[in-house]
Amino acid sequence: MPFIPHTEADVLLMLQAIGASSIEDLFEEIPAGLKDARLDRVPPGLTEMEVLRLMQERAEADGRYLSFIGAGAYEHHIPAAVWQLATRGEFYSSYTPYQAEASQGTLQVLYEYQTMMSSLTGLDVTNASLYDGASALAEAVLMAVRLHKSSHRVLLPATLHPVYRDVVRSIVSNQEIELVTVPYCTEKGTTLPEALSRFEGQEFAALVVPQPNFFGALEPVHALTDWTHQQGALMIASVNPVALGLLAPPGRWGARGADIAVGEGQPLGVPLAAGGPYFGFMACKQAHVRQMPGRIVGRTSDVDGKPGFTLTLQAREQHIRRSKATSNICTNQGLAVTAATIHLALLGPNGLKRVAHVCHNNLLALLERLKGVPGVARRFAAPVFHEAVLSLSACSTHVLERMREQRLLAGIELREFYPELGDAVLVCTTETKTQADLDRYARSLAAAHSAQLDAAG
Amino acid sequence: MHLPADLKYTDTHEWVRPHGDGTVTVGITWHAQDLLGDLVYVETPQLGKSFKKGEECGVVESVKAASDIYAPLSGDVIAVNQDLASSPEKINQDAYAAWMFKLKPSEPGEFNQLLDAAAYEKLIASESNS
Repeated sequence: MPFIPHTEADVLLMLQAIGASSIEDLFEEIPAGLKDARLDRVPPGLTEMEVLRLMQERAEADGRYLSFIGAGAYEHHIPAAVWQLATRGEFYSSYTPYQAEASQGTLQVLYEYQTMMSSLTGLDVTNASLYDGASALAEAVLMAVRLHKSSHRVLLPATLHPVYRDVVRSIVSNQEIELVTVPYCTEKGTTLPEALSRFEGQEFAALVVPQPNFFGALEPVHALTDWTHQQGALMIASVNPVALGLLAPPGRWGARGADIAVGEGQPLGVPLAAGGPYFGFMACKQAHVRQMPGRIVGRTSDVDGKPGFTLTLQAREQHIRRSKATSNICTNQGLAVTAATIHLALLGPNGLKRVAHVCHNNLLALLERLKGVPGVARRFAAPVFHEAVLSLSACSTHVLERMREQRLLAGIELREFYPELGDAVLVCTTETKTQADLDRYARSLAAAHSAQLDAAG
Repeated sequence: MHLPADLKYTDTHEWVRPHGDGTVTVGITWHAQDLLGDLVYVETPQLGKSFKKGEECGVVESVKAASDIYAPLSGDVIAVNQDLASSPEKINQDAYAAWMFKLKPSEPGEFNQLLDAAAYEKLIASESNS
């Protein structure tokens, strides 16, 4: 959808038509005291050439690191065709067209996206996307409480991404929803069904299960889902879409399947880009669709019987339902989702499975090499997808710093989020890592670790 | 006939049919469904729940609008029309046959506050003129 700016002549014509003498006149009713926006400390604009030069210098300062960092945002190969197509004029816009102005092409891409995500998650309906995985989880929590109708309590495992827990807390805090943490098994690194027994007989609306969890470990999703349904509560799955190339989809968790699945779509063709924009996906069972937030594209036929696409079930949304809407969201991450749809179309289900396999095998190969590094051990026993927690016998902060000097981003320290784990590092391997990369990591970690032990004396 | 004389009405466009045993049946008027257009979804009140007169107890949704349903009298919901879940259009087809729920009123004095057909007719005439 093209952006065509107005010329000064256009603006003058419009002002004349409405009888205003300047654009500032249109803001007359705002009290003078509130109009005091001063931008004196914003420096004058730079030319395109100056900006490019500045960014080149900054990029050099960043250095070119080999990154083994995951923790919610993942470095995957994005085929060149993805953004070549996504930046076409027909798609490329920061604007979110609504029903009357959205083209059939735009709506069709969203419909295809929804279809793919439903297929991937094994759930009936997917919306046109939310902002990111964390806020999508918050929306799922709100949705589950609305669906449950009697309890305002939701269980969150301690193995859920700490930032996701913070975001959910921030978003639901003024809605009188009680969030209760479920502790993890310190040996396995997962949430055991036994840990839930203390909640038996207590009403709660939903249990959230991350898969894989923040430690990279695989949760016992079938047992957790069945237990949750037995308690009359809803199961919310927070999943990595690439992992779904290998793992059972949320729609097939337990006997009845998860009720809602959400997650971060960034691994599907969206670059890391210093943290965003990403997109959140959400899918649910057909029975719950009226409580699902976000836009939904449907396929229908027009008055002449020709097939077409439209935004549907809009009475959930705030422009119709107002304060009773399922959410205040009235947008979606259209561009990111377009890229993800093209990415998934290029990979296909077999391609996605292969990517997941390579990610997983790379981790196993790395862990195998690390067996030979004294003082470094795998912290948890549960099976993992493409991330694992390493326990070090030397100060993890200094070890990571030494590895950074070798141009290796070795992982993230967990001390800040899980102080009980001490010197622990979360390491991730995607398909972007070669065997030579894994060798280099193992060598570097061995050297850094022993140097640190010597230095600490 | 869009305004059965044997029914009572509210200013929020519900109709009330009294039964001999003190219970009432509630639905929305022909006028209401005409304004809303084709109904696509009806959220009936929860069976067994109690409402105060005027309290929101359900929702009707059409393609262009979502409208709250208000309890015409205080009382307990003793029955709910299950057909409306799969066939909301029944309300468009015959608003007075497609009942939404049945109430056991708890405040007998409230019944006389309802509008009769003539008063309701006046109300909708004034609403369309404003």
